[in-house]
Amino acid sequence: MNCPENVRYSKSHEWVKMEGGTAVIGLTDFAQGELGDLVFVNLPEAGDTVVAGEAFGDVESVKAVSDVFSPVTGTVSEINEELLDHPELINDAPYEAWLIKVEEITDEEELLDAQEYAAHCESEKA
Amino acid sequence: MGSYIPNTKEEQLEMLREIGMQSFDDLYTDIPEAMRLAKPLDLPEGLSELEVSAALEELADKNRRYRHIFRGAGSYHHYIPAIVKQVTSKEEFVTAYTPYQAEISQGILQSVFEYQTMICELTGMDVSNASVYDGATAAAEAAAMCRDRKRGAVCVSATTDPKVLSVIKTYCFGSGAPLLILPEKDGRTDMAAWGAMDTKEIACLYVQTPNYYGILEDGDEIAAAVHESGAKLILGCNPIALGILKTPAEYGADVAVGEGQPLGLPMSFGGPYLGFMAASKDMMRKLPGRIVGQTVDADGRRGYVLTLQAREQHIRREKASSNICSNEALCAMTAAVYLSAMGARGLEKAATACMANAHYLLEGLLKAGFVRKYQGEFFHEFVTVCPGNAYELSEKLGEQGYLSGLPLNEREMLWCCTEMNTKQEIDTLLALVGEVIS
Repeated sequence: MNCPENVRYSKSHEWVKMEGGTAVIGLTDFAQGELGDLVFVNLPEAGDTVVAGEAFGDVESVKAVSDVFSPVTGTVSEINEELLDHPELINDAPYEAWLIKVEEITDEEELLDAQEYAAHCESEKA
Repeated sequence: MGSYIPNTKEEQLEMLREIGMQSFDDLYTDIPEAMRLAKPLDLPEGLSELEVSAALEELADKNRRYRHIFRGAGSYHHYIPAIVKQVTSKEEFVTAYTPYQAEISQGILQSVFEYQTMICELTGMDVSNASVYDGATAAAEAAAMCRDRKRGAVCVSATTDPKVLSVIKTYCFGSGAPLLILPEKDGRTDMAAWGAMDTKEIACLYVQTPNYYGILEDGDEIAAAVHESGAKLILGCNPIALGILKTPAEYGADVAVGEGQPLGLPMSFGGPYLGFMAASKDMMRKLPGRIVGQTVDADGRRGYVLTLQAREQHIRREKASSNICSNEALCAMTAAVYLSAMGARGLEKAATACMANAHYLLEGLLKAGFVRKYQGEFFHEFVTVCPGNAYELSEKLGEQGYLSGLPLNEREMLWCCTEMNTKQEIDTLLALVGEVIS
């Protein structure tokens, strides 16, 4: 399973990478594997507020719909519009197919590094 | 009467023994002794088929049936071509339920797919679901579809059928959605009132056209104002009227709903009816209920499936926007057979006859001293102020076998004509009316 070192992870299987003061958020390889082929992504709009630990949207696969949780509190500055027509990009390249970018960050959840996250996934599988 | 269960006692015992049980009681060992019923149910002896028939006929005779019907108000007396009953009473179709192992029932799925296609053709919309219980449910579900995190309030025009409004009210109560009524003015939706409202949190406006008073609403004006405010428009429509009127899609409605009873279903004292729901492509994933899709199997053969199931609550669970999990399969098929039998031209003819007859009746009533309440174009219903007491008029006409328009109060009556009313019938009604009011 793929856990790049340059991002941090939430226990709910999102990854977050800081680009200056902006948080770039996506779904981990573990998440996309569990979900199966994604067919639809429901994203917020630029300007919306997101709160650490709360759902900001959802992804729909052929078998389930899953909430996506924000690791940080802030304001959505950009959404990845490409995903609206090509949700499968999340399956193909989960660490490139970011969902939203968030600015004006005032809070964040407890986040894990790559090793901690890998261990977390192992324990979930058991 | 005979039993509907074909298994013999021996077969039942064999099945029980196969799973290690001795009797039916063994199946209930998980239920505490104290909670089990210790005596037989208090039911009388069964009756013979003859006795049951007689009892039911006696009950049915208590109904008053009218030969001449001039009332609508949500349920309409239209002609049902003989072929409709022929097809829908086939054994394979006479079940109301959505198949659980859906893909095995290709025939049922195909019939629903064809129904959905026809609803799209009728309304002009992009996608239809497999139907819901009735027009009122469809309206309430459509309102639920439009609500989201930012806009949670539902607005309904005061010109809506009160029965539809009451179901929307129930849904809003259940989900905690604020419900606002948009006032009427002179029998139509007052869009000036919309302009004066704070519409920031309103998710949708529901308007039916023709409205409860029979009047055709200004769909263009309404759509423009609603969309300008960032809300969605749900148009409630009459499927027969769509044979000649502008479609909801042409008005730019986001969702089109309506009561499908006029499409080959008898009035039958209130049901079963048929709620149709059709939406724009953008709203597709919000449509509740079952949707049948057409696809190809691994060998390239055409097949039908239940599709977009991730919307439904057996997958989405508490995040689903609706908990409806059935449709009106047999009624939907009835509508499909009706529409096939009538065709576009037949539907157009029926609609034109409805409109012509209603306008002819109004002319006659005006000559007899009735006054039209509310001006404006109408389809097949209109309201009059009666010269005398509306309830008394209705009673007197009823004695002659004529079901008058619906008395809305002491003086006002909501009349309706369909293609079933002949000119002679209308003339006779007018003569009777003349006698009663003199």
